[in-house]
Amino acid sequence: MENKGLKAQTLVNSPEFKELVKKRWSFSLIMSTLMLAVYFGFLISIAFNKQLFAIKITNNLTLGIVLGLGIIVFAWLMTGVYVQWANSSYDKTVEELKNKL
Amino acid sequence: MEQFHTTLGQTNYLAISIFFLFVLITLAITYWAARKTNTTSEFYAAGRNVTGFQNGLALAGDYMSAASFLGIAGMVATKGYDGLIYSIGFLVGWPLIMFLIAEPLRNLGKYTFADVVAYRFSQKPVRIAAATGSLMTIVFYLIAQMVGAGGLIKTLFNLPYEYAIIIVGIVMTCYVLFGGMLATTWVQIIKAILLLGGATIIVLLTLSRFNFNPLNLFEAAASQYGDQVLSPGGYISNPWDAISLGLALMLGTAGLPHILMRFYTVPSAKEARKSVFVATGFIGYFYILTFIIGFGAMVIVGQDVITGKIGTIGDKGGNMAALLLAEATGGTAFLGFIAAVAFATILAVVAGLTLSGASTLSHDLYVNVVKKGISNEKGEVQVAKIATISLGILSVILGWIFKGQNVAFMVGLAFAIAASANFPALLMAILWKKFTTKGAYLSIATGTILAIVLIFLSPTVWVDLLGHKEAIFNMKNPALISMPAAFIVGIIASIMDKEPSAEKIFEDEKLRTYLGVGAE
Repeated sequence: MENKGLKAQTLVNSPEFKELVKKRWSFSLIMSTLMLAVYFGFLISIAFNKQLFAIKITNNLTLGIVLGLGIIVFAWLMTGVYVQWANSSYDKTVEELKNKL
Repeated sequence: MEQFHTTLGQTNYLAISIFFLFVLITLAITYWAARKTNTTSEFYAAGRNVTGFQNGLALAGDYMSAASFLGIAGMVATKGYDGLIYSIGFLVGWPLIMFLIAEPLRNLGKYTFADVVAYRFSQKPVRIAAATGSLMTIVFYLIAQMVGAGGLIKTLFNLPYEYAIIIVGIVMTCYVLFGGMLATTWVQIIKAILLLGGATIIVLLTLSRFNFNPLNLFEAAASQYGDQVLSPGGYISNPWDAISLGLALMLGTAGLPHILMRFYTVPSAKEARKSVFVATGFIGYFYILTFIIGFGAMVIVGQDVITGKIGTIGDKGGNMAALLLAEATGGTAFLGFIAAVAFATILAVVAGLTLSGASTLSHDLYVNVVKKGISNEKGEVQVAKIATISLGILSVILGWIFKGQNVAFMVGLAFAIAASANFPALLMAILWKKFTTKGAYLSIATGTILAIVLIFLSPTVWVDLLGHKEAIFNMKNPALISMPAAFIVGIIASIMDKEPSAEKIFEDEKLRTYLGVGAE
């Protein structure tokens, strides 16, 4: 046990582990910022320019409806991108590091 | 156009039969689950055996309340596009749960989100603070659900309000008491499938009248009510108000205790993240359906009936819009089915809230504060069960007390507290090494107190409810002030107060946080 504990500490301090933590939060931060920007961009545009949202793309389909439904789909796709990234990139490194224990 | 007559408000025996069938099936599931619910991890977390997909559906079930089904459809039916803006706010918190919270929460905690807030700090003050934020969120949410349930059931089943809340109280207590998280999860899954299926059928029946082309529906709405229903109206006029409500909805979602608790039911962080993807997909799909249902009701049922200008069923908020549309497109039998689904929805949501409240009382307060972390399995489950019964009784009493009151603001309050008290502390506990005990409890206290005081002084309560002329705090939702304040207080208190032991545990637990090594 004592031996394993030591190795765990070494692993936490290893550059690979630090790189993993950094990579994880950079990706999360980019994704979160993107989501916040899209949502609050949407709200603020409505507050300042309602006319923009009333523009008709085709008959009776306003830009507002396209953007609104678009954000719903976008939010879902974002979670999909994250799962994809985590399953392929993050988990692979996690497995490699776990094997070193 | 021919005037639409509804049978809503009369006793619909089919609705009652379908509802009783739902109760029977779910109680049978509870009986099955009861035999697998003995240990604490079984009671609180369904033995951590729920798959990511199942948990995704259950999360969606927990989140899609009757209020969002009936309320948002009603808002679209009466105000058009503005209802969509509102529902988007409820969805966009989910990606944030995924990016910031789900995996570390799953790896670091055991049963409640307070586990993660408190894991490296002095237990007593942080657990008490986190449990308070948690219970506040749950109780306000619960009151809104119970009062909504009583009123709704009165209209749907022609059943007295008091009977309705007693039935809800007893059935949901049975689920939680005997079947714990396993029964509650399956009730949520069944309810989610029924609700998504029911809403899909309403949309198909509606669109069948418009050549299955939503654009024809929008055209009919615009020609009857004017082009303005297809674009933003008066809902967002003050940008600060919009941002404040947006923050509360978005970050509040990431601080709802009954949602966060669900991440402990899956075996790993990988399954936790999959469940957010599944949940976001279903919830997003559901909001798209409610948007079409709202327009369908506007055109087919008509705004005058929905808002009660004609007939006696409608109300100002348009809460009956979805049900009226179900009847108009599918007849009385279909109305019965949708009414039963709405009732089942309420039941499932209050069960989830009660379980989460019971775990806070027993796991956070009893075990980690009173017993100082020394738990014996049997004793803890027993305390959790006593807490369940108490919360069941409390919810009926609260439903009774608030009968006929306008409790709509309580959902906003629950989200404001979740965004201001629960979310900042949880995020800082996960991310910030130098966060301290003092920082944690002061941040939670600031968020909770500011959210409650400011909503009391806001137009929603001070003017609309208490009848004063002008609000002291002129913003409908306090999150824009209370959420940053919670962060700032947490940061300042932590900077002024070093806690090396907490920093050490933060480092020591990194393998658990990031690799899941040693996670429960």
